[in-house]
Amino acid sequence: MIAIACTIAFVAISAAMLLCLYRVLVGPDMPTRILALDTLTINAIALVVLTGIYWDTGLYFEAALLFAMVGFLTTVAYCKYILRGNVME
Amino acid sequence: MLKTLLPHPLLTLLIVLMWILLSGFSVGSAAFGLLLGVAIPRLTSAYWPDRPRIGSPLTIIEYALIVLWDIVVANFQVAYLILFRRGDDLHSQFVTVPLDLRTPEAITALAGTITMTPGTVSASLSADGRALLVHCLETNDPEQTVAGIKSRYESRLQRIFET
Amino acid sequence: MPGFGEIAVSALICLGAFFLFVGSFGLAKLPDLMRRLHGPTKATTLGIGALLIASMLYFILEDEIVSLQELLITTFLFLTAPVTALMVAKAHILLDKNDQEHLPPTGREAGWSVLDAPQTDEVKKS
Repeated sequence: MIAIACTIAFVAISAAMLLCLYRVLVGPDMPTRILALDTLTINAIALVVLTGIYWDTGLYFEAALLFAMVGFLTTVAYCKYILRGNVME
Repeated sequence: MLKTLLPHPLLTLLIVLMWILLSGFSVGSAAFGLLLGVAIPRLTSAYWPDRPRIGSPLTIIEYALIVLWDIVVANFQVAYLILFRRGDDLHSQFVTVPLDLRTPEAITALAGTITMTPGTVSASLSADGRALLVHCLETNDPEQTVAGIKSRYESRLQRIFET
Repeated sequence: MPGFGEIAVSALICLGAFFLFVGSFGLAKLPDLMRRLHGPTKATTLGIGALLIASMLYFILEDEIVSLQELLITTFLFLTAPVTALMVAKAHILLDKNDQEHLPPTGREAGWSVLDAPQTDEVKKS
C-alpha cells in the first residue's frame, strides 16, 4: 500500500517539477524565475525524502537537509543581487 | 556569574538540541553539544548586545498551536482558490498593517506568521519600521483582514515579547 | 507493520504530494508574481511537512527507529519559507513599476523600505 502511495506521489511531484520548470523557462521576469527555482528545490527535497521511504533507508536525510540549506541560500543570494546589485557588501 | 558563563541560555539550549538532532543521541554527542552550546554564545556574545525578553512558555505554546492550526486551514483555503478559481477573478490587493509592535524580534515573528497563514504574504516593511505591507490573495474587506491580523496574532505577540 | 499505521503513512504521503502539486500548479497558473507567491509559500511547506511526518511515522513503525532529523528539516523549511517569500516580493516590488505606483500608503512619513532609505529613530532625531 505504501508502495502504491509512493508511486502516486512520485508522479505528482514529477508533474509539479515540470510545472516549475515551465515557469523557469517562460516566466516573464527575474523574481518569477527565482521563485520557480526555489519551488523546484523544495520539490527536490520532497523527492529525496520520498526515495528514502520507498527504499526504506534513512541515509538520505543529510542530502535533504543540504538541499534545504543550499536552496534557501541561493534564493536569498539571487534576491539580494537584484535588490542591491551585489551579494556581499 | 551565571550571566557571564551563559550570556544566552536559550541559544545554548538550541545549539545542544540541534547537535543532538543532527548527530544522534548519545552521551558523547550530548556532552560535545553542551561544550559547543557554552562556547559559541560566549564567543559571539559581543555581536548580540541585548537578549530579547520573552514571556512565559505557555503563551508561546498557545501561539504556536494557533499558528499551526491556521497553517493547515490556510493550505486548504489556498488549494481551493488555486484549483477552482480563475486567476484573474481573484480579488488580490496590497493592504497596510500599522504595527503596534516595536522590537525587531516580534516584528519578524509577525511577518513570518502572516506569510504562513490564510491568503496573506508580507511583502515589505515601511522605512521607519512602523507599518507592514501585506498582499492578500482573496479579500473583499481589507479592513477586516487587517483587524483579524492585529487581534489574532499581534496582540498575542505583544504579550510574548513586550510584556 | 499494523494496518492502521500503513494507512496513515500512505494518506500522509498522498496529502503531501497533493499539496506540493497544488503549490507548483498555482505557480504555473496564476497571472502575476504576487499571486503566484501564495502557492509555493503555503502549499509546499505543508506538503513537505506532511511528507516528513509520514517518513518519521514510517521509520518508527517499520524499523522502530525514532529519527528526529525530519523535524529539523521541517523546522528549517518553516523558518526559511517566509524569508524567501519576503525577499522575492521585495525584488518584485523593486523591479515592477506598475505595482510600485499602486502600493497603498504607509500611513506615515516614511515610504516602504524597498524604495525608501531606511531610517531609524536615532537618525530622525539627529
